Amino acid sequence: MYHIISIRDFERSDLDYLLDRAEEFDTLGYRSRALEDKLAALLFFEPSTRTRMSFATAMARLGGRWISVDSVEASSIVKGETLADTIRVLSSYADTIVLRHPKEGAARLASEFATVPVINAGDGAGQHPSQTLLDLYTIRQSMPIDGIDVGLLGDLRYGRTAHSLALALSLYGVTLHTIAPGGLEMPANITLELRERGTEVIEHADVEEVIRDLDVLYVTRIQRERFPDSASYYNVASSYRITPDLLTGVRENLMILHPLPRAGEIDPAVDRTPYARYFEQAKNGVPVRMALLHEVMK
Amino acid sequence: MTRKDPSGGLLVSPIRNGTVIDHITAGEALNVLRILGITGSTRECLSIATNVESKRLGKKDIVKIENRELRTEEVDRIALIAPHARINIIRDYHVAEKKGVEIPKVLKGVVRCPNPGCITNTNEPVASTFEVLDKGLHCLYCDWLIKNDIASHII
Repeated sequence: MYHIISIRDFERSDLDYLLDRAEEFDTLGYRSRALEDKLAALLFFEPSTRTRMSFATAMARLGGRWISVDSVEASSIVKGETLADTIRVLSSYADTIVLRHPKEGAARLASEFATVPVINAGDGAGQHPSQTLLDLYTIRQSMPIDGIDVGLLGDLRYGRTAHSLALALSLYGVTLHTIAPGGLEMPANITLELRERGTEVIEHADVEEVIRDLDVLYVTRIQRERFPDSASYYNVASSYRITPDLLTGVRENLMILHPLPRAGEIDPAVDRTPYARYFEQAKNGVPVRMALLHEVMK
Repeated sequence: MTRKDPSGGLLVSPIRNGTVIDHITAGEALNVLRILGITGSTRECLSIATNVESKRLGKKDIVKIENRELRTEEVDRIALIAPHARINIIRDYHVAEKKGVEIPKVLKGVVRCPNPGCITNTNEPVASTFEVLDKGLHCLYCDWLIKNDIASHII
């Protein structure tokens, strides 16, 4: 059985294969009935708009159907049921389980109790492989991923999308530039792992010193709840804000990505520049998740 | 429990039945007891020698536990903090079994994950699982890496 749990489980050839499959669904104009008789269970124990709706859209575009739990309050978790039991039961209802859970390792646990494939749709500060695939897909639409310079900006400590993406990019020989506020730097063990994989990781104090050398700037949300008070949050957040002025002299092919939702990290005026690619990125969630759903259920 | 040997070495009284853990890394004897769940309130009859001179290790600790033979999973735990330890199972004053400790490739239910957000720190019916790497212990659920002070995380 094929589970999609962590980007660490993938070789480069697996990633390239899935990206190729997503591209096929994209060029087909989403017209496919490949999962006509299939049912997906969308089990979301944390808020999500894009991930949940793009999985539902992907299922519908493949001719399949889905059932869903959208919050902890609406589930048996409030009655003390374990995730393991929930997964056992749902395995008998659906052909695959898409799981978003606040605890790290939840998807790995689910895969041990499930009798159908499990797709990790984000587990706490851990992994979010489908987001990483759509990030890679968006980059690959514009340039070959090999050897590019990628800046990771924002909360690199708790931001799971940045960790997953960094690990995936390490398979493509990129140079990573990290820019994070004090206390929100990339965890040392992840930086170590990246360097062990042969990736050059360069830390920068602010985005201005590196933005002109980047092909991709990946911005993540600086989470307000990580700061003791509003003043210190605004202090930090304002120094990590991308504005049109900051983009003077950048490489012509620079693309700015953001997993969304954004708080204030990117000035809406940037949306009108050719560098802003985050809405396209969000749109790419559909063909990428079509490829994943099709792959585990075909 | 220890007495001076006239020849200059240190001796610890022999036990009739039980386990002798020799060649424990100096200073780790009390951690070994903690790992085995032996506290002041348990009934085992113990002999502990610490910082004893050792040809192999320079200094070592020794623990003797009467009327208890260690199980494999207990030996695994000891291996984490005393990789050179030797386990001797004693029956009627004789060494019935002699074994070294070996750190297994995967530790299941031995070490608690220090990550409070890890799924293994909830009421789910799973044991913590770590793979043993050169750089430390890697949680197979949340990817946390324990590099230092492994003893304090042992369950």
